[in-house]
Amino acid sequence: MKRRQFNKLVTGLAAGVCISALSTFSAQAADPFKVGFVYVGPVGDHGWSYQHDQGRKSVEAEFGDKVQTTYVENVAEGADAQRVIYNLAKTGHDLIFTTSFGFMNPTLKVAKQFPDVVFEHATGYKTAKNMGTYISTTFEGRYVAGYVASQVTKSNKIGYIASFPIPEVIRDINAVQLALNEYNPEAELKIIWVNSWFDPGKEADAANAMMDQGVDVILQHTDSPAAMQAAERRGAYAVGQASDMSSFGPNAHLLSVVDEWGPHYINTVKAVMDGTWKPKANVEGMKEGAIVIPGFNKSIPAEVVTHAEVLIAGIKDGSVYPFAGPIKNKAGEVVVAEGERMSYEELEKMNWYVEGISSDIPK
Amino acid sequence: MDIDLITNILYAMIRTGTPLLIVALGELVCEKSGVLNLGQEGMMLMGAVVGFIVTLLSGSLLLGFILAMVAGVLMSLIFGLITMELSANQVATGLALTIFGTGLSAFVGSEFVGKPIEGLDPVFIPVLTDLPIIGRMLFGQDLVVYLSFILFGAVYWFINYSRPGLILKAVGENPHAANAIGLPVFKTRYLAIIFGGAMAGLAGGYLSLAYTPLWAENMTAGRGWIALALVVFASWKAERVLLGAWLFGLASILHLVFQGLGFSVSPNLLAMLPYLATVVVLVILSSNQTRSRLVAPMSLGNPFHARG
Repeated sequence: MKRRQFNKLVTGLAAGVCISALSTFSAQAADPFKVGFVYVGPVGDHGWSYQHDQGRKSVEAEFGDKVQTTYVENVAEGADAQRVIYNLAKTGHDLIFTTSFGFMNPTLKVAKQFPDVVFEHATGYKTAKNMGTYISTTFEGRYVAGYVASQVTKSNKIGYIASFPIPEVIRDINAVQLALNEYNPEAELKIIWVNSWFDPGKEADAANAMMDQGVDVILQHTDSPAAMQAAERRGAYAVGQASDMSSFGPNAHLLSVVDEWGPHYINTVKAVMDGTWKPKANVEGMKEGAIVIPGFNKSIPAEVVTHAEVLIAGIKDGSVYPFAGPIKNKAGEVVVAEGERMSYEELEKMNWYVEGISSDIPK
Repeated sequence: MDIDLITNILYAMIRTGTPLLIVALGELVCEKSGVLNLGQEGMMLMGAVVGFIVTLLSGSLLLGFILAMVAGVLMSLIFGLITMELSANQVATGLALTIFGTGLSAFVGSEFVGKPIEGLDPVFIPVLTDLPIIGRMLFGQDLVVYLSFILFGAVYWFINYSRPGLILKAVGENPHAANAIGLPVFKTRYLAIIFGGAMAGLAGGYLSLAYTPLWAENMTAGRGWIALALVVFASWKAERVLLGAWLFGLASILHLVFQGLGFSVSPNLLAMLPYLATVVVLVILSSNQTRSRLVAPMSLGNPFHARG
């Protein structure tokens, strides 16, 4: 075992993974239910992996001594992931969450080797007898953010810092544009692609470049709070991503669209412990408490906050759905007819802009 | 494009280029002494995390910057000890330093993620700031940017016109000959490594205290590597390092500005622009082969064995 750990360390270093990649965390308890988490990034990114770790912590808070959690951070997608997942399964974990798209096939392979262990994979589409998936519908939160942005902008220029042109990101841009089409068609959405999930310097540069061009509300699909800080410095507004970013811009922070994984993790742990767990594709949003908007900026007019809350309530009860027809594409052709709703499967493949966006999707 | 936009672009160009310029100047001096330190990224990250923590706890930006530089120096001393005393391979040691610095900074900073500080504010120089176009670019920046101008001048003068600079170059060209005529090879190389560490620490501190006042793991996002490449493409000349750093800054900003203006050019192509522009310009500048062979330190990357 020692030797294996040493080998792991060496390969880890060789792969350029930082040392903390191999740090694991365990809580002590007598014969507890063991839950493992595999993260693609560092828990210190204050973004994606950080929020998953907050979810892990809420599992610990909920179950106390009955559950023991372990996490492995900075796991590269691919072959390395398979070994990490295998090790977790081998060391007696009853339930394992793998939290990045690229862990899909490694998770599936290990799941076949350990039929008695339950696996759940975030953001993927493959399931097995003992493997389910889960994903949250961030576009619901973005639609609300788009509405608020459409009401508070004075310049009618709204900025969107985007990472990579994958369906998830395009879908969320579209959700914002649909809100603009509905509530303020005059507003223009300026999209800047930074080709990175996480580069604080570049995100701040993009925010500044937008503000130089008159943008006064900034949304982002990147993970650092740098744009929020830049907006604060220049008196603009910004919307936080993944975690609550209000501390980075007390005046600039309109709202944050927060991923809350805790409820899903707690429910899943409960289901597996009770033996009621079934493999399925969990799509969870505001209704399930997976997407949360913790609070609004005090400077937002009361009627705007009230309507935003009406929207949230509508999304929760299903009466409001951002991708309900009629939806036209950029060329003005009706893609979703009146009365129809895009299914989650369709949204997962979305590779076109809705009407109103002037730029093109990068190829 | 109106005047305001150009003013803003130029302002952002200098800001974006500054961390690169500072690291690259440090690495330039280091390489001039014949030492290739690939640990820039690790030293920068340690500078960034230490500077941030110190400022958060003490409330003093000055103390943060000073200790950021100290952190960079300590990291560079690890490199110095391993490569100088143990004559280890410089490339391997530098790479290890980057990996070590990345991991250690993440470990040290894990409690400090998501905490805001008041960053460094710009200092406007009266009258000059209001000059059209170049006013904000040159006289509306923060103190570290002004410091980078001074540092550039100092390094330029030191390498080209000073006697210790001559010793530095002699050591970098041929340490054995330098040793034979009684020049302190080890001392010179140590000082060059320490200067490189201090600059990397300062640049890291600039990122976490001024550029984006926050700490997040791996927040340098490859800037140390870009600075390393800049030194090579600048053919070890301080003035070209300055040009390259600012050019890179300009191209990175244009990549974002053009998208905002709605140019229908692929952002992926635009994202290549900083690298492409910098490489092309600097390659053209150093295209004279015989001359560029003369400017590369002859003993770059070679350990020196004899005790002087």
